[in-house]
Amino acid sequence: MRISGKGLISGGRRVNFSFNGVSYMGQEGDTLASALLANGVHLVGRSFKYHRPRGILTAGSEEPNALVSVGKGAAQDPNIRATQQEVFEGLVARSQNCWPSVGHDVMALNDLAAPFLGAGFYYKTFMWPAPLWEKLYEPVIRRAAGLGALSGSANTEPYEKAFAFCDLLVIGSGPAGLMAALTAGRAGADVILAEDDSRMGGRLLAEMEEIDDKPAHVWVAEVLAELAGLDNVRLMTRTAVTGAFDQGTYSALERVSHHLPPSQSLKTAHRPRECFWRIAARATVLAAGAIERPVAFRNNDRPGIMTAGAVRAYLNRWGVAPGERITLFANNDDAHRTARDLVAAGVHIAAVIDSRHDAPDGRDFSVIKGAVVCNTSGRKRLETITLRNVSGEEKIQTDCLAMSGGWNPSVHLTCHMNARPVWNRDIAAFVPRAGAVPGMVVAGAANGSLSTHAALAEGAGAAVAALGQLGITAEAPALPRACDAPYRISPLWAVPGKGRAWLDFQNDVTVKDVAQAAQENFRSVEHMKRYTTQGMATDQGKNSNVAALAVLADATGRSIAETGVTTFRPPFVPTTIAAMGAGAAGQGFKPQRYLTSHRTSLKRGAANTEVGLWYRASYFAKEGETTWRQSCDREVMMVRNAVGVCDVSTLGKIDIKGPDAAKLLDLIYTNLFSTLKIGRVRYGLMLREDGFVMDDGTTARLGQDHYVMTTTTAAAGQVMAHLEYLSQVARPDLDVRFTSVTDQWAQFAVAGPKARALIDALVAEEINGETYPFMACGAITVGGVAGRLFRISFSGEHAYEIAVPARYGEALFDLLVTRAEAEGGGAYGMEALNVLRIEKGFITHAEINGTVTAFDLGMQGMISKKKSCWGKVLSERDGLMDEDRMRLVGLKPKGAAQELSAGAHLFEPDMTVERVNDLGYVTSVGFSPTLGHMIGLAMLSAGPDRLGDTVRLVDHTRGVDTLCEVVDPVFFDPEGGRVRG
Amino acid sequence: MRIACPLCGARDRREFTYRGAALPVPALDAGAEAWSVHVHLRENPAGPLEELWQHELGCGAWLKVRRDTVTHAMLGVVLAEDAGLAARDGEGPA
Repeated sequence: MRISGKGLISGGRRVNFSFNGVSYMGQEGDTLASALLANGVHLVGRSFKYHRPRGILTAGSEEPNALVSVGKGAAQDPNIRATQQEVFEGLVARSQNCWPSVGHDVMALNDLAAPFLGAGFYYKTFMWPAPLWEKLYEPVIRRAAGLGALSGSANTEPYEKAFAFCDLLVIGSGPAGLMAALTAGRAGADVILAEDDSRMGGRLLAEMEEIDDKPAHVWVAEVLAELAGLDNVRLMTRTAVTGAFDQGTYSALERVSHHLPPSQSLKTAHRPRECFWRIAARATVLAAGAIERPVAFRNNDRPGIMTAGAVRAYLNRWGVAPGERITLFANNDDAHRTARDLVAAGVHIAAVIDSRHDAPDGRDFSVIKGAVVCNTSGRKRLETITLRNVSGEEKIQTDCLAMSGGWNPSVHLTCHMNARPVWNRDIAAFVPRAGAVPGMVVAGAANGSLSTHAALAEGAGAAVAALGQLGITAEAPALPRACDAPYRISPLWAVPGKGRAWLDFQNDVTVKDVAQAAQENFRSVEHMKRYTTQGMATDQGKNSNVAALAVLADATGRSIAETGVTTFRPPFVPTTIAAMGAGAAGQGFKPQRYLTSHRTSLKRGAANTEVGLWYRASYFAKEGETTWRQSCDREVMMVRNAVGVCDVSTLGKIDIKGPDAAKLLDLIYTNLFSTLKIGRVRYGLMLREDGFVMDDGTTARLGQDHYVMTTTTAAAGQVMAHLEYLSQVARPDLDVRFTSVTDQWAQFAVAGPKARALIDALVAEEINGETYPFMACGAITVGGVAGRLFRISFSGEHAYEIAVPARYGEALFDLLVTRAEAEGGGAYGMEALNVLRIEKGFITHAEINGTVTAFDLGMQGMISKKKSCWGKVLSERDGLMDEDRMRLVGLKPKGAAQELSAGAHLFEPDMTVERVNDLGYVTSVGFSPTLGHMIGLAMLSAGPDRLGDTVRLVDHTRGVDTLCEVVDPVFFDPEGGRVRG
Repeated sequence: MRIACPLCGARDRREFTYRGAALPVPALDAGAEAWSVHVHLRENPAGPLEELWQHELGCGAWLKVRRDTVTHAMLGVVLAEDAGLAARDGEGPA
């Protein structure tokens, strides 16, 4: 019921919204919760396990009950807290976890079966037979117990992520936060003030009190006006700081447009739905306030039962009385303010019940002292409460019960870096441990200082202290006059008695469940939590954990301090994966690297394949070719018989310069590079420090102190880091520098018997066997552009690699392919490249897989005896030179199927196919059109000693089981006449 | 986590690549025993540890970072190259 003229949103624009298909009227500034309460709607959802009718418990992000689904279609958002969702014109919200409706929920039968559904029920009942768990039990349980559902279609709403930096991050904008921001703002510090709510002010918006003789909200408005005028202060509403991480890094979730009609946000105004922030703060003031806790008593979960502070907030901020005959049940002085404010607003108070015998008297209401509420009635809305005191029990008619078990400081963020909070007996709550998070100072209610006066003072002091750490001098503003009423409390966690008394409303955990956990010896608070699921729902037990552990302490005969708390972990509020992963969906998942020849390759029929981040042409389909094999076979034969062109720019290219370049290369490579002549290229092998092969490639010497190294595509980054490691860490005395130039040069292989003629006709220089013998390199000019030419080959053919600055790549590729086609050749892709290199027994990272040594590859001869190199010592360990190691061989099919398969394992033909008999595995296979059959490379135990033997090849995944012959890994032109010719 | 690169300033840890404890590198001819110890044996202390990080997505510098493995406190950052040269010149530990 809305009280005319009451509250801070009075006079706001009217807005229409719908809930469960019924249209209602709200007011601008309303949350869904306040608007529903204004319309007398208390039944909002069903509980997780027992499907009990539930209403609105709180007025903030800690809300456990009032979770709704908002929106329609793909953008449907489940589990939105009605206490946070602002109403807007056209808002559509629905209850969840109920069928067919929130009023008539079939699964409410669970509530009748409650005696069987206590803690550990699932663990005990669905143990056997085990296979049924995954197929039957879990799906059924998940359907019955649950929260809201996603739409099932991909969400197309935009989300964003962003970084922010500041001197001081102030978390929370209540009295402490505002004073901290004001203090720091006036001192000129770079300030971010983050507030979870849509409006700054914290509890000051919810209380009837004065600051400097003005209504508190007026003081708030004045401070905000000053802060808004400061360029160095950034005000962020609807922004929940969700985690505290190392070195002052904080995560935060900004709800950017949940409060706007879809038409006004997203696509039209380019607003994301949410933004995930990473804030790097040099210092932080945590002024996150406190969260009120309920009291556990029988049937304390009915719609209409709320926290006392929430009732006050709905009344004072939103002008809504959540009932017509309201009762109050409390154990502390603070809660009496609810009765005071309700009376002042003319709302009928049916009873004020305080569990303390020494509770203060009210001025405008009488207080029933030393009494408790022990039961309630009313299925879909509270109807009565039962009061118990020394003289017995008495029923009281009421439609709203405001309860308060005291306040828990919001210590969550102080625990994110492993600190445990400290029990404070005076306020019967946990308070932050000093120095829990480096750079963070805690102030106000979050620090256990529960008066406005104390919050204002601590807020200013915290900012001065936090900035002091940074060497920024700040002065605390004059302290405004404010209420400093004492907060007196006498702990009351659970009212003894029969029946179920709820602790965790969202996960349906009762006092009985916790007691049962203790009885079954789950005495550690962490065990109790997992056994009962206490605090494991989306609200993370914000208003129930402390009471639950108090009940556990009682059940196990320990003090609360001894019992301890469970670990608070990020995020403080539920965070959507969409926000955390913003920008990383679909193509944003990882960068895409395109070759300069990409467009022209596609025009020429290329089918692309992904190679790491690169997109490379797999093959070029010509007219009439219907399978990749046809294209691949043609391309292989084209290279063997005419000339082929292939973009090899993805290979890592590292420019190496300096007087000690040669020394460094002698260190990294197993073979010598200091002896390499200028204008020559050498193939090199590099080892990891444990002696296994890291990478291979060619390095060209362009000048006395200038080399250019090529790495494999896969290891480009690793080799670059390795070079930097060797030069900076292992040999800082060497004068040498490296630059990755992979992206700067476009490089194309031109291979085949007609390659020389093609290159000679293309470049300005004369290219023949004398000027460019095998493994020569040098500067050339092509079409007026300065480039480089390397006579190297990865196909076994007479071949060159020609490199030009990347901006000429596309044009040169076009030119090369056009000229090659005129000679009966053309472009070839990765498939053909792979077949060509397997025919020659050349290795790639399919073979250099991290477990092979130079010895395994038959390359031990490449480890120079004249010098040391990185990894050499350990490569010579006994076990790594064992003849029986799996070593590189070639394979030829013998069976009728003529099939080979990469990844297959090898066995003796007469041995059983099992792990102990495994002799090795196949690394690469391909169909060789040159030889007319499949060929493969494999790592086979004692392989090179078994040439001519027959082995059995088994691939369970592809269903291949065949015999093959062990052969030399070089299938084609073993003398190398073609490459040198 | 943030690391203060001596060349670039404080940067998010996503820009850095971790290698491990910053151990003295044995001479190339130090023998299998010394290299085996270098490759395989780690103290793994709970507390301050000298580590190697590379500012791979920044300047490429290898950094010697002193970090508390329990609290993640960053206790000091120097360029590994500078530390190595200082050690060679007898000005500090390797």
